[in-house]
Amino acid sequence: MTTPPAPDAPLLLARGLGFSRNDEPVFGPLDFRLAPGEALLVLGGNGAGKTTLLRVLAGLLQASAGEVELSGRPVDRQHLARGSAYLGHLHGHKADLGALENLAFSQAIQGGGGPGIEAALAEVGLAGHEDTPARRLSAGQNKRLALARLRLQGAPLWLLDEPYANLDLDGIALVNRLIQGHVAEGGSVLLTTHGAYAAPPVPVRTLTLAAARSPA
Amino acid sequence: MSAPSLLAAARAQALRDLRLVWRRRGDAAQPLLFALMVVALFPLALGADPQQLARIAPGVLWVAVLLASLLTLDTLYRSDVEDGSLEQMLLAPVPLAWLLAVRVGVHWFTASLPLVVVTPLLAELLFLPADLLPVLMASLLLGTPLLSLMGAVVAALTVGIRRSGMLLALLALPLFLPVLVFGAGSVMAAAQGLPWIGALLLLGAGLALALVLAPLAAAAAIRIALN
Repeated sequence: MTTPPAPDAPLLLARGLGFSRNDEPVFGPLDFRLAPGEALLVLGGNGAGKTTLLRVLAGLLQASAGEVELSGRPVDRQHLARGSAYLGHLHGHKADLGALENLAFSQAIQGGGGPGIEAALAEVGLAGHEDTPARRLSAGQNKRLALARLRLQGAPLWLLDEPYANLDLDGIALVNRLIQGHVAEGGSVLLTTHGAYAAPPVPVRTLTLAAARSPA
Repeated sequence: MSAPSLLAAARAQALRDLRLVWRRRGDAAQPLLFALMVVALFPLALGADPQQLARIAPGVLWVAVLLASLLTLDTLYRSDVEDGSLEQMLLAPVPLAWLLAVRVGVHWFTASLPLVVVTPLLAELLFLPADLLPVLMASLLLGTPLLSLMGAVVAALTVGIRRSGMLLALLALPLFLPVLVFGAGSVMAAAQGLPWIGALLLLGAGLALALVLAPLAAAAAIRIALN
């Protein structure tokens, strides 16, 4: 079972991917592929299943149908964990710890191939806040700290759930800059948004999720 | 990208948890005060007859420690669930069970070990005969980590439930019963001059088993609960 991935295999491939909760379909079946250096924008209204799709892809939820391949190999947990970085609605860092302490912990359990911690903090505009406990950072700054974690992980695939939420214009530009840099390095980004108020400045394909159930 | 090493991950997890406890060190004293108050209730309710208190002391001390550590269980994963840290731990390449084992270890060290350390003081309040104290301490040193490990599994099962405090207690207490029976039982047996080493050995065996199985079970339970 150690066939090397085909060189032209897409970074992420989903075939007939679907998720149901209590036999009610949340999304799918979906077919899509994401090549290295590509961004995929998942569009859809509230409740269309965008977050669920990302959680399934990240491995937090188990898909009820279909399959996912990462670099041509069927997804298993270990492989998925090394290959993707997930940013959800929750920031995933401790309010009582400083920015530096949070990132050091994340780097120790996630591994990392990105820049150093201080460089990542500077990149997201949090230089000078190294020792500020996250509880004293604003909502937008907390988001920036989570983005720094993402940058630090150096995973080829980024799964971003509403990365533009809570950010000022500067922050939106920052997210776009990070996505642009990541894509330029050959990484891929899958991001969700419910509005078209911000879009990354890279070639983007879109995947529109229709509500699986028509409202009664 | 470089894969994280197990040892580095364990050290980071321990450091993080110790830091978090230290930043909230006021909270860390609460289980101690709770156990002290529970122990103080008995002389008040039953009268301060030293002989009667000495007879019930092993059981009362064990129950006080058990209830105090039960109350701390709810905090084991609560904040990690609320701020998304648990999600990130779940997604890390490092096995979740390994991180949880460290997490529970730190929890025992910061929440239960202080209880064991102050037990001689509490024992003094209840006139526990001095020759029973070593047996009591030994039973607590073996029993409290076992309580933490089993509690970690039950707490993991209730992770997805919002106000799970009472449910957690209802689920955990039946599991804690054998530990209490053998723990307090060993001291009772020693008080009557009966052999007590067997109960301690059983606690030790349970601890060895739980050390291996509980983190795995807790990790599986968290995956299910967050699904």
